Formats: sequence, structure tokens, C-alpha cells
Amino acid sequence: MSGFSAGRFMAVLIKEFIQMRRDRVTFAMIIGVPIMQLILFGYAINSDPKNLPTLVEMADSGPVARAVISGMANSEYFDFIGVVTGIGEGEEALRSGRANFVVVIPPHFERDIIRRQSPSLLLVADASDPTAAAGAVGAMNAIVDVAMREVLIGPLAAAARAPPPFSVIVHRQFNPEGRTSTNIVPGLLAIILSMTMVMITAIAIVREAEKGTMETLIATPVRPIEVMMGKIIPYVLMGYLQTAVFLLAAQQMFAVPFEGSAFAFFVGFNLYLLVNLALGFLISTVARNQMQAMQISFFTLLPTILLSGFMFPFAGMPGWAQTIGTAIPATHFLRLVRKVMLKGAGMADVSGDMMAIAIIMIVIVTAALLRYRQTLD
Amino acid sequence: MSVEAPGDNLPPAPAITVTGLSKRFGDKLVVDGLDMAVPRGSIYGFLGPNGSGKTTTIRMMCGLLTPDAGSGQCLGFDIRTEALKIKEQVGYMTQKFSLYEDLSIRENLDFIARMYQVPGRRERVEAALADLGLSDRKNQLAGTLSGGWKQRMALAACLLHDPKLLLLDEPTAGVDPKARREFWDEIRRLSARGVTVLVSTHYMDEAAQCDFIAYIAYGKKLIDGPAAEIPAMIGLHTWRVDGPDLAKLEVELKDTNGVEQVARFGAVLHVSGTDGPVLEAIAKSHVARGTHHWQEKKAELEEAFIFLMAGAKDNFVAPEARKS
Repeated sequence: MSGFSAGRFMAVLIKEFIQMRRDRVTFAMIIGVPIMQLILFGYAINSDPKNLPTLVEMADSGPVARAVISGMANSEYFDFIGVVTGIGEGEEALRSGRANFVVVIPPHFERDIIRRQSPSLLLVADASDPTAAAGAVGAMNAIVDVAMREVLIGPLAAAARAPPPFSVIVHRQFNPEGRTSTNIVPGLLAIILSMTMVMITAIAIVREAEKGTMETLIATPVRPIEVMMGKIIPYVLMGYLQTAVFLLAAQQMFAVPFEGSAFAFFVGFNLYLLVNLALGFLISTVARNQMQAMQISFFTLLPTILLSGFMFPFAGMPGWAQTIGTAIPATHFLRLVRKVMLKGAGMADVSGDMMAIAIIMIVIVTAALLRYRQTLD
Repeated sequence: MSVEAPGDNLPPAPAITVTGLSKRFGDKLVVDGLDMAVPRGSIYGFLGPNGSGKTTTIRMMCGLLTPDAGSGQCLGFDIRTEALKIKEQVGYMTQKFSLYEDLSIRENLDFIARMYQVPGRRERVEAALADLGLSDRKNQLAGTLSGGWKQRMALAACLLHDPKLLLLDEPTAGVDPKARREFWDEIRRLSARGVTVLVSTHYMDEAAQCDFIAYIAYGKKLIDGPAAEIPAMIGLHTWRVDGPDLAKLEVELKDTNGVEQVARFGAVLHVSGTDGPVLEAIAKSHVARGTHHWQEKKAELEEAFIFLMAGAKDNFVAPEARKS
């Protein structure tokens, strides 16, 4: 566009800063949202829950059975809250939610082991929430094996199950303790930025149209590029502030590591910021009022949370969902952040993710510019 | 005036000329083949009922909307291709207050001055604040001002860059009579300095303040010309009637053939029609009854507009047909 004027651009910029300063609620949201989300997601979400309430039905209370029970208790997955008699009572407890597990030690459990009759030990789990049950169920076999070997010693040792012919060693890379917060927190940055930046940009621009000030604005000789830059730059700075607050809090509260290249993070972060601002701009060209702008922003947020790999593993989604997920910028930024922060990645490792974000940005910016009008038509 | 044509006694080119201007929103033809010329330095009144296309026309004239058909120039620039040049020399005051309510009065004026890159900006803004009498309230948020003050501030904002042309879209809607009078005093001062003013309104007393008038309805121009000549152009004859029990007489007259309009002004009726002799005959027959006092008067703008508005309702009677 010809005739770019630094003076007019500065005028828009100054105006935006003044308006931003007057709008305390939005400003508080920009700072408050990352901290609040961090606390909620970081502290509240645990995909490997411990201390699940468990009932036991003991038809055999011999030393072997007791060893199994204490082994389960020591694993911290199970928290024994009582004893039931008969499976009916156990199922009732599962249904009412009083317990997540019922362990049934069958009659003559110990005798049958010694006789090598392979008795069955029943673990009834409330699998209506698979995530809650998975960790405990997965740990069960190992717990029983260890308990057996501890209690069946001497002449009885042969009754314990023989060790398997080979052993599998699992090495948990990048997050050895398997902490959920280490996974969630970096991903949360992608979600927070897309939540606040898209909505704030969309609303700030639609507000001009809704309040009628857009008419004053375009009745002046201002050029679209001056408006666009003057409006977007303050929000870029907002994004910087928000990310700084977030990274500081993540490090202080959750000791989330930052292993990789700060430069790669910075480049990727700026790309992602711009993509979100452009999306906000695009939404503002579609929405008729601030309410609509907010609704459309929320509408884009839902797939971002669900299909980006933030909440659920990307690899576990069906093909069509992965296709949609690939078109979402957060998917790529999420990978980039996790790679850089947790896996120590550098520029070369994340160039593919950056490329993907850049392509999405080109599409969105093109659409936004095609829809933006200098007139009121 | 500074922009007069170099040729000696040639009349200056009109500030605005448009021909065949049309604009459609969806299925609705909002402006339909409008021709108009606004002479330089005049106060030009743009009248018509709500929704008649006044705002759309003004927006097309200053390049905020692109016409679907027709062409025109504004201050010598093409309204289709040179909108930016037009914007630099035009002050446009929107119908609804459209400055920033969350900026202070001074911040608003400063923003607008920066937009037009006004030389000596600070001094200009301070002077505007002093003129407004708002110097001591300059840090008050614009949103907290009353309607009258908002209107004065909006006018001050669109004068900051010394425009050659002012486009005012219903500037006095919702403003009290005193503020309206002061506003019009200011408009006349500006006009005297050579600024061309195009003002849309539906107040008839404001129409009377204009040098020229155009009346539009349903996007079509019904009539235009010098304000003083409008009633004569319509060819309206009017009789003033006073006496007892006017309400009953009003009903009777409205059903009389040849009487096209009966308007009540306080304690008198203004009875109008386009056919002078027929109206005179009606008057004479009533005078013969001796109950009321009838007197022929010159048709004024007031009657003319009531007549135009009534005509606008039952679709169009072509303006030519009216000028019998």
C-alpha cells in the first residue's frame, strides 16, 4: 500500500495502548489466565492416580493372601477401605462409587498355590474411567509376583512362578518420573496463547465496528496496513508478557525443565503468536459484534484443546481426527514446545513444525486480507 | 475562496457533483440513480424520511462506500478512485457518536489530528479544546459527556484539519434546542469562511437555514433547488384557516376533493393543494358558511415538506408531475 505514514501508525498504536490500559479487566485476564490455568491443569490433573479406594473379600486369610494385600497397599495404587463378604456387596460398592476396586481372594488360595493348581485371584475394577484404572491394573501382576516371591520361600519357593526367560526394561525418557504436569504444562502454553490472543484480537477489532468508531477511523486517510499493524503490535507485546509470566510460573511451581534451544523456542513462539493474531483478525472480519467474535473464538478453541494432542495422545486418534488436528496451529506448536522444553531440541529438530505453522499462517493471512475492506461495504 | 477556478468570472465548480448514483444492499435498492450538485461555499440541506438513503449517499460521496452504479466528483476528485484524497479534505461527522468513549476528550482530538497529520498538532488541539470550552475537562472520558457535548466535540474533531467540505449526517439528532441553535450558528460561521456544508436532517426548521435543499425518499431524489424556491417548485397553494371546532373541520376537509393536505399549526389549519382555482373555490364555499376565517397565504417550506413526506409514502409521484 502506498503512502504508509509512521505518524498515523503511531497514532493507532498509542490509541490501542491507552485503550488497553483503561480496560483493566482484559489486562487482568491476560496475566491471570496463564497462572490460573497452570495451577488448575498442573496441580489438578493426574493421569496416573494413586490411593484408589479398594475393598477386599478374603475367603482365605493365610500368610500368602496377606502378603498379596500388603504388597498392593505398598504400591500406593490401592487404598484398602474395608472388607466385603460376597461379590454382590463388592459390585454394589463399585456401582455406588464407594470403591474403585474389589479384590477377591478365593477359598483355599494358599493351599491351591502349594498344590500348583494355579488359583485365580480376581481383581474387579471400575473401568468406566479407563484412565483411572489403567495404572493400578497395569501394576497388579508385578505386585503379585513380588509378594509371592517374598512369602514363598524355602521348600515352597518352587511354587512361586518361575521368573520369565527374559526381562523387558522400560526406560522412561524425558520424563522419568512420569509426571503428568511435565507433559501438560508446556502444552498448556499453546492452549493459553490460542485462548487469549485469538479472542482479544477478534474482539478489539470487532469493537470498532460495533461501536461505530470504525466509520470515523476509515473516514480518515488511514491505510489498512497502518490499522492492522497498529492494532496487532500491542497484542504481540501482550503475548510476550503472557508467555514470560507463564514460563516463570511453570519453572517456579512445577520445575518443568527447559532443555533445548531458546532461539528455536523464540522463533516458533513468534510464528505461533502471529498465527493466532491473524486468526483473530480473520474472525473479526466475519463476526458482526463482540458477542459473535467471542463465540467464534470459543468455537475454534474446542478442536484446539481436543485434537491438538494436548488432552489426548495425537497418535491415538483416528485418521480423520488427525487430519483435522494437523490443520490446527496448536498441534504443531505443542510438539515444538514439548520437543524444545523436554527433549532438548534445537532449530533443526523443530523446523518441520515451524514450516507447518508458517503454512497455516499464510492461509489464514490470505483469507483475512481478502475479507478486510477499506470501505464499509 | 482559495480554490476558485483560475478563469476570471467563471462560477467555481461545484464541491460535489454526482450522477446516476446507485447502491444496493442485498435485494434492497437503497440509493437509486441519484443526481445532485452541491455548490461551493453553500449550506446544502439533505432531507428525507428515515431509511431514505441519506446516510448511504453521504458515505458514497466521501469514499466510505463504493457505488454500484453512477459516478461523481468530490472537491475535484473521483469518488470511486480517489477516496484517499477526498478523505484528506473532508470532515465527516457520523450520525451516531463515533469517537472513542474510552479515550479522554483530549486523547480523541489528538488521535484525529494525528490521523490527518495536522501541522502544529498540540497547539491546534489545545485551541480546539479552548474553543469548545472544554479545556478544564479535557481529561474526562468522552463516553461520560452528554449528547450535546458529544456533538460539539465531534464537530470540533472533524474541523481539526481545516476541511474544505463538511459532511454532517443528522448532526443534531437527540440534541436539545439551545445546543442545536448554537450548532447552526457555528455552521453559518464556517459557511461564511467558504467551507461547503452538506447536512442531512429531518428537522424542518433546520431545512429553513439551508441555502439549497434536496429531498429524497426511497433512494430517489424528489426535488432539489434553492430553499426559498422549493414551495413554488412544488406549486403548492395554501390557505390559512382559523375559527371554532377545527378538529371537525379538519376531518371534513381531508375528505374534500382538491384538498391534498391539511396540517394543523397550533390554533390554525393550513389547507394546501396543487390546483389553485379548485382550492379557491373550496375556500369560497367555506367562507360562505361564515363559520371560519379563510385567508390565502404563501406556501412555506413547512407545508412543502409535509406535502413531500405524505407523497413519499404512497410510492413515487415523479417530481415533474408535481410541478404543475
